[in-house]
Amino acid sequence: MIELVLAARCTGCNDCVAACPRDVFDPAPDGPPRIARQADCQTCFLCELYCREDALYVHPDAGRAQPQDAAAIEASGLLGEYRRASGWDEWAEDEALRNQHWRMEDVFRRARGA
Amino acid sequence: MTTRLVHHDADVLVIGGGLAGCWAAITAAQGGARVIVAEKGRCGTSGVAAAAGPGHWWVPPEAGRREDAIARRMAAAQGLGDAPWMARIIDRTFRTLPGIASHYRYVPDDEGRIRHHALRGPEYLRALREKALAAGAIVLDHSPALELLRHADGSIAGARGVSRQGAGGDWVVRAGATILATGGCGFRSHLLGGANNTGDGLLMAVEAGAVLSGMEFSAFFTVVPAGTTMARTMIYSFARYYDGQGRLLDRPQGPHDTAFLAEALARGPVFCDLSATPEDVRRQLPQISPNVTLTFRRLGIDPFQDRFPVSLVGEGTIRGVGGVRVADADAGAGVEGLFVVGDVASREPVTGAISGGGAVNAAWALSSGCIAAEAALARVRRQGRRADTPAEGTGGAGLAQTRGTADAAEIERMVQAEMLSPMKQYFRTEATLSAARDRLDSGWSALPHAGLAGTPHARARRRELAALTATARWSTASALARHDSLGLHRRADAIAAATLPAHIIAGGVETIWTEIVPAGEQA
Repeated sequence: MIELVLAARCTGCNDCVAACPRDVFDPAPDGPPRIARQADCQTCFLCELYCREDALYVHPDAGRAQPQDAAAIEASGLLGEYRRASGWDEWAEDEALRNQHWRMEDVFRRARGA
Repeated sequence: MTTRLVHHDADVLVIGGGLAGCWAAITAAQGGARVIVAEKGRCGTSGVAAAAGPGHWWVPPEAGRREDAIARRMAAAQGLGDAPWMARIIDRTFRTLPGIASHYRYVPDDEGRIRHHALRGPEYLRALREKALAAGAIVLDHSPALELLRHADGSIAGARGVSRQGAGGDWVVRAGATILATGGCGFRSHLLGGANNTGDGLLMAVEAGAVLSGMEFSAFFTVVPAGTTMARTMIYSFARYYDGQGRLLDRPQGPHDTAFLAEALARGPVFCDLSATPEDVRRQLPQISPNVTLTFRRLGIDPFQDRFPVSLVGEGTIRGVGGVRVADADAGAGVEGLFVVGDVASREPVTGAISGGGAVNAAWALSSGCIAAEAALARVRRQGRRADTPAEGTGGAGLAQTRGTADAAEIERMVQAEMLSPMKQYFRTEATLSAARDRLDSGWSALPHAGLAGTPHARARRRELAALTATARWSTASALARHDSLGLHRRADAIAAATLPAHIIAGGVETIWTEIVPAGEQA
């Protein structure tokens, strides 16, 4: 579930408020959006793709909250990993991060021994 | 509380802005229609395709290839398939999908070819949203529909719903044709991207007079790292599974057959070993499915070194088959002015009793969306919008009806205890299904309602709970009606008998009914 909106990174653009398919965030005047309905989070990680500041952190546990330490997550190198690995925004021209989804059918075929 | 009401007129209303809904909106808008898309969440991130990576059934028009592909699928469909529908979606997908290149950045493969059929979900759905907007469609995000509207002559007149963001309040869209694209129902398992897929469209369609088909084909569970949503299957192609004592589990043949894991999980924890994954696949994984890699990293698991615990998430009618019975070649719902596309429609015409997997299912979503949009447009050209003809709401359960006061969370847990139990669903018997039916009926009678004064969130939630419960009742009744095992429906108490292929049709809201209809006949 969504665990962190990092105030030090957030610019208050509210793109995550709009992007979240589950309407988890509420915009706040003069500050980062609030995680208003954490239990509604569907742990799809898509909000992170839409956060250019890499200010969001979703923990993979979908069943219960796993409170995170903001400083530890900031230091972990995990912030922004999804957006970077997906080659979005400023990573779009990085050859190493190009979308290789097309390989999926070949991988399935190899696994079947075909 | 004063309720703000926003009124829109449209030629075509599309309810649901996922894969099928977006293609419907693009097609109708490019055809010159005024189109409104009402999406419960956010068009572009909502729905199961957005977090996944759909392939599409892709057969070029070369001599004999399509005929062969259809013949193989017809055999797999076990008498429930419809060859003309298969031909229609192969052709439509092949002609239409490359057009997404206007907004989707295809990357050539190692031979420099573009594989038009394979798209990564977040980028695909973002592109579909942008393409729909570019075509002139109007998108209402965070705007769940609550009920369909109907003219006195029985034809559908649009829908009514609420807006969860901004000023909030109610919306009404009056439209000459309405396309339901609300997706399947995953019973709010932790299936990746599936939390909005609560069967709303099934309930709306049945209230409006449509019938369902194939709801028994809804027993399907996918492996995930324990406690997560990450139901991407590619990496498990190389999996070996072990029980808590480190004993290798025997893995039966057959793609995605996880019944053996259900049995093992009923006995204790199950661990997955991915050490057989080839080196190059390990390296490529972050750029094939970035969300798979990040899940393991955040859990502190090296999936290629460590054995990690797994669990199963239910896919309900999402990977399953059942939905609103498609009544004609236009993806009509059998109700004037109403069309059904994507997972809310029964996919039996193209998959029969088995899951189509991502490829056939995505091709169905795209194609049924486009086909319905063209038929909707033709209807509006014939009949006009009829925006001034009086229309009434068709919705009942979970809206203003007086009901019990049972705790909503308790009813949801009860529905999930039936529908998300891999053992109950994979090993159905007359006894387990009858017990489920009785519990679900009690839950239905006790459904709370929101009344007219609730917040938009509260009203949408009440309606979702009604849809979840109704969908569970139709699935259970359909499973009771089919005594043999077929495809995604497994009866542990099945009696081997040679029966002619037949569909299980279901309907009713307060009282559920089912009917066995021989394949090829109309209900």
